[in-house]
Amino acid sequence: MRQILNARLILEDGTVFNGKSFGYPASTAGEVVFNTAMTGYPESLTDPSYEGQILVTTYPILGNYGVAPRSEKDDVSEFYESDHIHARAIIAQDYTYNHSHWLADRSLAQWLNEEKIPGIYGIDTRALTKLLREKGSMLGKIVVDGTDEPDWYDPNTENLVAKTSCKEVEVHGSGDKTVVLVDCGVKHNIIRCLTKRGVKVIRVPWDYDFTQLDYDGLFISNGPGNPDMVDKTVVNLRKALEQDKPICGICMGNQLLSKAAGAKTYKLKYGHRSHNQPVRKVGTDTCFVTSQNHGFAVDNATLPADWEPLFINMNDGTNEGIRHKSKPFFSAQFHPEASSGPKDTEFLFDEFIKLL
Amino acid sequence: MNEIKKVLLLGSGALKIGEAGEFDYSGSQALKAMKEEGITTVLINPNIATVQTSDGFADKIYFLPVTPLFVEKVIKKERPDGILLAFGGQTALNCGVELHRSGVLEKYGVKVLGTPVQAIMDTEDRELFVKKLDEIDVKTIKSEAVSTTADAIAAAESLGYPVIVRAAYALGGLGSGFCDNREELIALVEKALSFSPQVLVEKSLKGWKEVEYEVVRDRFDNCITVCNMENLDPLGIHTGESIVVAPSQTLTNEDYHYLRSLAIKIIRHIGIVGECNVQYAFDPESMDYRVIEVNARLSRSSALASKATGYPLAFVAAKLGLGYGLFDLKNSVTKETSAFFEPALDYIVVKIPRWDLGKFHGVRREIGSSMKSVGEVMAIGRTFEEAIQKGLRMIGQGMHGFVGNKELHVADIDKALAEPTDKRIFVLSQALQHNYSIERIHELTKIDRWFLHKLNNIVVTYNELQQYNDLPTLPAELLQIAKQQGFSDFQVARSLQPDIAGTSAHDASLAVRNRRKELGIIPVVKQIDTLAAEYPAQTNYLYLTYNGSVNDIAYENDHRSIVVLGSGAYRIGSSVEFDWCSVNALLTVKKQGYRSVMINYNPETVSTDYDMCDRLYFDELTFERVMDILDLETPHGTILSVGGQIPNNLAMKLDAQGVNILGTSAQSIDNAEDRHKFSSMLDNLGIDQPAWRELTSMDDIHKFIAEVGFPVLVRPSYVLSGAAMNVCSNPEELERFLRLAANVSKEHPVVVSQFIQFAKEIEMDAVAQNGEIKAYAISEHIEFAGVHSGDATIQFPPQKLYVETMRRLKKVSAKIAKALNISGPFNIQFLAKNNDIKVIECNLRASRSFPFVSKVLKINFIDLATRIMLGENVEKPSKSAFDLDYVGIKASQFSFSRLQGADPVLGVDMSSTGEVGCIGDDTSEALLKAMLSVGQRVPEKSVLLSTGTPKQKADMLDSAHLLHNHGYKIYATGGTHQFLNDNGIPAIRVYWPSQPDMQPQALDLLHNKEIDMVVNVPKNLTPTELSNGYKIRRAAIDLNVPLLTNARLAAAFISAFTSMTVDDIEIKSWDEY
Repeated sequence: MRQILNARLILEDGTVFNGKSFGYPASTAGEVVFNTAMTGYPESLTDPSYEGQILVTTYPILGNYGVAPRSEKDDVSEFYESDHIHARAIIAQDYTYNHSHWLADRSLAQWLNEEKIPGIYGIDTRALTKLLREKGSMLGKIVVDGTDEPDWYDPNTENLVAKTSCKEVEVHGSGDKTVVLVDCGVKHNIIRCLTKRGVKVIRVPWDYDFTQLDYDGLFISNGPGNPDMVDKTVVNLRKALEQDKPICGICMGNQLLSKAAGAKTYKLKYGHRSHNQPVRKVGTDTCFVTSQNHGFAVDNATLPADWEPLFINMNDGTNEGIRHKSKPFFSAQFHPEASSGPKDTEFLFDEFIKLL
Repeated sequence: MNEIKKVLLLGSGALKIGEAGEFDYSGSQALKAMKEEGITTVLINPNIATVQTSDGFADKIYFLPVTPLFVEKVIKKERPDGILLAFGGQTALNCGVELHRSGVLEKYGVKVLGTPVQAIMDTEDRELFVKKLDEIDVKTIKSEAVSTTADAIAAAESLGYPVIVRAAYALGGLGSGFCDNREELIALVEKALSFSPQVLVEKSLKGWKEVEYEVVRDRFDNCITVCNMENLDPLGIHTGESIVVAPSQTLTNEDYHYLRSLAIKIIRHIGIVGECNVQYAFDPESMDYRVIEVNARLSRSSALASKATGYPLAFVAAKLGLGYGLFDLKNSVTKETSAFFEPALDYIVVKIPRWDLGKFHGVRREIGSSMKSVGEVMAIGRTFEEAIQKGLRMIGQGMHGFVGNKELHVADIDKALAEPTDKRIFVLSQALQHNYSIERIHELTKIDRWFLHKLNNIVVTYNELQQYNDLPTLPAELLQIAKQQGFSDFQVARSLQPDIAGTSAHDASLAVRNRRKELGIIPVVKQIDTLAAEYPAQTNYLYLTYNGSVNDIAYENDHRSIVVLGSGAYRIGSSVEFDWCSVNALLTVKKQGYRSVMINYNPETVSTDYDMCDRLYFDELTFERVMDILDLETPHGTILSVGGQIPNNLAMKLDAQGVNILGTSAQSIDNAEDRHKFSSMLDNLGIDQPAWRELTSMDDIHKFIAEVGFPVLVRPSYVLSGAAMNVCSNPEELERFLRLAANVSKEHPVVVSQFIQFAKEIEMDAVAQNGEIKAYAISEHIEFAGVHSGDATIQFPPQKLYVETMRRLKKVSAKIAKALNISGPFNIQFLAKNNDIKVIECNLRASRSFPFVSKVLKINFIDLATRIMLGENVEKPSKSAFDLDYVGIKASQFSFSRLQGADPVLGVDMSSTGEVGCIGDDTSEALLKAMLSVGQRVPEKSVLLSTGTPKQKADMLDSAHLLHNHGYKIYATGGTHQFLNDNGIPAIRVYWPSQPDMQPQALDLLHNKEIDMVVNVPKNLTPTELSNGYKIRRAAIDLNVPLLTNARLAAAFISAFTSMTVDDIEIKSWDEY
């Protein structure tokens, strides 16, 4: 038998799941969330939106295709969504010790060890998911045998956007048109999706006053945590809304744009984290399968009169995007840049670029 | 949507290799969808054993061939508004395309629902297909469509060998194969061209990954991919022959969504409305790909995908065909979320094919680009190791999993790895156990290392288990790991004690079971809910796993469950008929107010549709797993008698654990199954049986034969795969067979029975309560005894039995029913000669012919039997119900054309893969319908006769007269030619391949299409006699010329088509009889 350290997951309601450690043998704490995607663990782990969270993959077998090399192209990571792992830990039913893929240069376990991130398997992730579904997202801690039990950690009390945003202005790509990208914890594929369409991207920190810059369009990125923590961005956004330059937002960007417009957001019971969320474009017969990762949502009822929902979730009716009735402002709660997940809505980038 | 009031659905006919039970499931779902809309449905399907051809599924059912001729007649009579072509496999699709081309659909104003015919043609015709995908820059395998052998050679030479050859418009890879050189190419192309006007020659991509996506599109252009699947076996092995996993395991997110996006792009461009399947070849070293094919219809893969995900593809496709959008429909598992979504799995599914190649003489065991498997299983687990070990037990060929099996003797492992056969997975096991490195195996097989490492994990655990000699010292943690990797209690027991077998093996397994229960190592039950627990499921589609700690189900413990054990993988001898029985038992259980619970693991069935019962356990039918489930369910009772032999075999073991077996007692089942007990019971009752003896030495065998005389039927007790039984006509044959099949000894006795020639074989299907027969059906075989009852052509009610024989049959059956105190279904097989009857066999369970006789008689025997098993007092149907003024014929479907090399001759071992049942006003009409339904054709102008022994020749004389009188040109081989001449029937002599200097050669005539039908009756089943006609029979099969090998059936068929024409056949639905 392989000699493996035991590890426990303790939830704030007192439930304990026993498993085995395959990642970095340290203990940690965070908010436990589940994702039902069947592929894309390298993308998820490096997605800044998972900052402070312990990620549970409902697909039971983890690590199959290892991890692609750490390489950069045009100043952004080629295969990851940021330059390091943001999730606090990862949990699965079964771990694949011998991965297989032509692109991989190391195993998931090796990568987790490099980045000092715990990983545990042998957990009934279906039972855990049902618990989270019924009771809502919970705080949890992972205790690996031989290490001390950490304190609880609630990421929602922190400004995670400030934590994951870039600290200085950066420029990516080149082109005739310039897009200001407000980095609230941006996934690199948003940058890739913009630059490959031939625009210059000025990536600014979340609290940067971009209104002083000369630009053709404004893009507000995804990001972790509670939108109520991100007031500084909302203040800047309000100024931008007074102009007529195109604005687009994704995920946190959708929530911040809504807040700037005057709407309210609320925390979902257990969020949407999957590759299979159905959304319908309001007033049409057109539907999309989308990739999602969010714990908060925009309250449709609070949208002011000159705004309207753009997309609606077909399962629970929650807001999936908004648009201004006359100005070129729109945003999506889901991830048109995918990575991971289906790419069916990447055309939204084209629509944004067309507006510039 | 509103203008569609009546819809015609085309079924797929008899089960055959490449087109099996999956289409019963697809069609049933489509009918359900139509019913929900209040649309009247008309179904054409001659497969009487299917669920879709039962009461309550379609409004009108025609047991007629699914051919343009008959379909047009039904359209003319029924005048449907719409037609569904996508639910009956390639048979229905081809028929629909022809009806469209000939203008029939337009003429009668029948609208094709769902994918338009043009889109179907774009995917079926390779040239159009490649052109279509070129338009959107999607890469296909470069191939050239040719229609002559010469063009094929030119194409292959320009592409470079190896090439793959495929027949257009063919399913399951019929006529397909790899060719390494010109000779192989010529042989294959010639054969393929006999099935299809067009053949494709393409570059082979052996070793690439094979990945499939199931895609759905509505008329609003909304698309989803419901499931993707990855073949364990790389390209080169037909997907029907591959072990397949869902979802894909070795694709990264980028790979997965790259292919997914392409699939959506493709179906949008083709214009599918409904469901379709996209197959890719995917480079294991880059993101390069080729589209292999697109199936614009429900397929075997889509049935598997439905079962793998819980997403009812056929049901949804049918609704989309009516014009709905995906956004209009609900997820049928959660009942709350949208049907526009892509299922998230929180388990892994492994599909494993089931082959029965051992049943055929001369067949090639290699697996490749043409499908040969006859069934499949699907196993669900939360690790790959768990799922595949479950699956290897499910295929039901005596294997216990990946390890712990009887050692397979592989002479050359390298060769066996490089040239896969039906035993491939067990060769992998041998290789790993012989310390082959993963790299070495990968080089030889091109199987992705991921799968090989996982399989190796099982071997590693097995080696660890083997370090222990008994249960008390075996560490709990290791036992737990083994169970999580899918080890059965038996595998654990055998690893501790390698030499266990028989009863002691069962005891040892029970000891493991008790030990692990003490340790708290028990499986948990999990739900398949399409959304990986994100939303609650309203259905109970379940499996068991050791990879989990919490049950998804809160059990009521109210003892209101009735557990029905299903029939497992389709195989030769057990297929859709037992699914019909299982489904009907479930329906009755539910109707009687109990909770219906099903255990089965065959993805091709309706019984594994989660809306057919209250709880479905998609899991093993082993003693161990059934007990696990019964422990959870604590049912009122368990039904073993509707799922064929697999559940029947569990009777004694379950009984020993105190399981309440409903109906006939386990002891009675054993009394019927055990040859000695049954035989002495018959002796006591004064019932005759063919003389038989169980013998342990050659001397004893000779002595016994001296008493009864040749021929004899010989059954070795230890059966090498396939060599189950044989008829031996002389001492030489006997010696050879026994040398080949088994060693005769005390440990391995042989059963020798008297073989009665020229006897009629008769079946009694019946239902009894407390030993009294409540309903019965007597049917007679058209062939004499000697043709397996599963291959025989059966007539019900009997037309040629003496009244006295009938009376005796009933009397004897009543005695047996009483002696065994039968409560439930049973079947007795008899031999009759003059008015003497002998009992051959008795099964205390539903038989293969239950759906046939139930539907012809219009009395549901399973409903009756189930009510009896539930303790209800059942009244006998009135006597007049048994008096029919029409005839039913059940005919067998053979799949020899797919089994390269197999001798298409019938014997005591079964070789048919499916059956049809047709009803007619007389025998001729019913027989003609049935024969046309299994692919026979009425010859146009010429027939080749080669009719065996003098007696058989004499039997065929009337037929020869009929043929001659109807203007047929008769070709005949030597003896037959002489006999016909002597009797004044003109015939042209043709020569055997063994007389190459003589002209004309039978084979040449066949190749030149100058013969429309071959009647070749072997004199007996000796190797010399068989090899004589083999080439002619095989050529007939390979060139798609109708072949009959039984004199009595040939005579009946000839009499039928000379007494009436196909046009005389009345178009009557089931309810019009």
